[in-house]
Amino acid sequence: MPEFTMPSLGADMDEGTLVEWRVAPGDRVRHGDVVAVVDTAKAAIEVECFADGLVDRLLVEPGTTVPVGTPLATIVPAGAPRPEPEPKPEPAEAAPAPEPRPTPEPEPEAPSRVSSPLVRHLAEAKGVDLARVHGTGRGERITRTDVDRATGAEPRARVTPYARRLAAGSGVDLRRVTGTGARGTIRAEDVRRAGRRPAKAPEPAPRPEEPRPEEPRPAADRRTAMRRAIGRLMSRSKREIPHYYVSTTIDMSPALSWLRERNRELPVSRRVLPAALLLKASALAAREVPELNGHWIDDGFVPSEAVHLGVAIALRGGGLVTPALRDAGLRTPEDLMAALKDLVGRARGGRLRGSELTGATLTVTDLGDQGVETVTGVIYPPQVALVGFGKVVERPWAVDGLLGVRPLVTATLAADHRASDGYGGARYLEAVTRLLQDPEGL
Amino acid sequence: MTPSETRELVTGALQEVAPDLGPADLADDGASLRDDLRLDSLDFLNFVEALGDRTGLRIEEDDYPRLATVGDCVAYLAGDRRTPPGEPPPENR
Repeated sequence: MPEFTMPSLGADMDEGTLVEWRVAPGDRVRHGDVVAVVDTAKAAIEVECFADGLVDRLLVEPGTTVPVGTPLATIVPAGAPRPEPEPKPEPAEAAPAPEPRPTPEPEPEAPSRVSSPLVRHLAEAKGVDLARVHGTGRGERITRTDVDRATGAEPRARVTPYARRLAAGSGVDLRRVTGTGARGTIRAEDVRRAGRRPAKAPEPAPRPEEPRPEEPRPAADRRTAMRRAIGRLMSRSKREIPHYYVSTTIDMSPALSWLRERNRELPVSRRVLPAALLLKASALAAREVPELNGHWIDDGFVPSEAVHLGVAIALRGGGLVTPALRDAGLRTPEDLMAALKDLVGRARGGRLRGSELTGATLTVTDLGDQGVETVTGVIYPPQVALVGFGKVVERPWAVDGLLGVRPLVTATLAADHRASDGYGGARYLEAVTRLLQDPEGL
Repeated sequence: MTPSETRELVTGALQEVAPDLGPADLADDGASLRDDLRLDSLDFLNFVEALGDRTGLRIEEDDYPRLATVGDCVAYLAGDRRTPPGEPPPENR
């Protein structure tokens, strides 16, 4: 039977903690459905399944840390005969299961106020009689939460990752915290209040305290784990990849004045930041210099037709994730901007998908917001190049023999000498520069 | 809108874009959105959007420098409210 295993969400991950199941035995799942939330050294990630079928058994309890590749659940492929339901190890507080009924599928009698088959399956799996459940959804429909409540299980509390980290670090039991965020989401502030910790904590870091043995991952451990994961990957990069670096200064005035005009006409929600133009130019240039776009695998370069741009995103409270903007070269700057906003929002809200954390063919790091002018990056294996942009600064700049003040950005490229040479790197930055002089063309 | 309502509107919008900010972080009018509250350009764009949603006001990019601190934002919104159309908003710094 196919197994759903702990996925590898990037080359720097070798184990993960199952945080919660989003499915229950008996649920129908389709390719791309989120089935679980997994905590890595870096963040909580929603992981999808890659097959259509029926969830058979969940093999790992929430809170368990297992190596990448460990089976987490078994899934009956779509079309296969459904196996005999096994007695399920339900939590002790679950309502007593009803007598097995002769009718195999209760669906026909299920009241019409149950909107989703998933809810029906969940109720079936948990032995909840839907006729006795009060629906709190629209039109008194029965929701998942209602079913959870009927089993005595707490409805899933939504918790921001920062709050989760803070709670782990301060020993606050999240089940006892009242969320004050949207739809009852538990926020850092709620955890602080619950922990009666001094509210003034501008930096996330709760000081390393005595480790509490009963907690799976205190904040200090999380930081240690993250630093170790980054350390392992970057050490591998520095050990294995013969980096070379090239750099150039790009006049951003055409791009910025074009953006300024555009943004005057666009609704605020669709305003485009310079970062989107830098990403688009980086992706287009990669198509011109294919030896920078792809992966170094088994002592050989495997170029990629598509350009999936990894974007380094700093998390509020520390740390870094690099989800991928798929097919960045084919998207308009507006579209890239929307995608970037969405990715950053979810990276910081703990809602990134597993599929977004893999597959990048080239990474861009834009440190302009941090106030530095130049970033000389370290390549993410197995990628073969990393593009860096610093802050846009106004500087004296000579054009056609005349001195003027221009907004400039320093672009750098760190590239793998096994896959390309300095000449290729230079052509790449030249292409980025040229593309940014003609922003309409992006 | 009273000054305290305006302030609440600003801090509410800030908490929407940066949910980890607590009342203590936002208590100081002089807190810089960029340096103290660690908003990056994307957070700031979301903040401007959130302010627009709450006030119906379209904040142009040219006005961004006037939104450097929490106090700036309150003054900006208050000032804009009092300004008749067609006249430049009063200087707030």
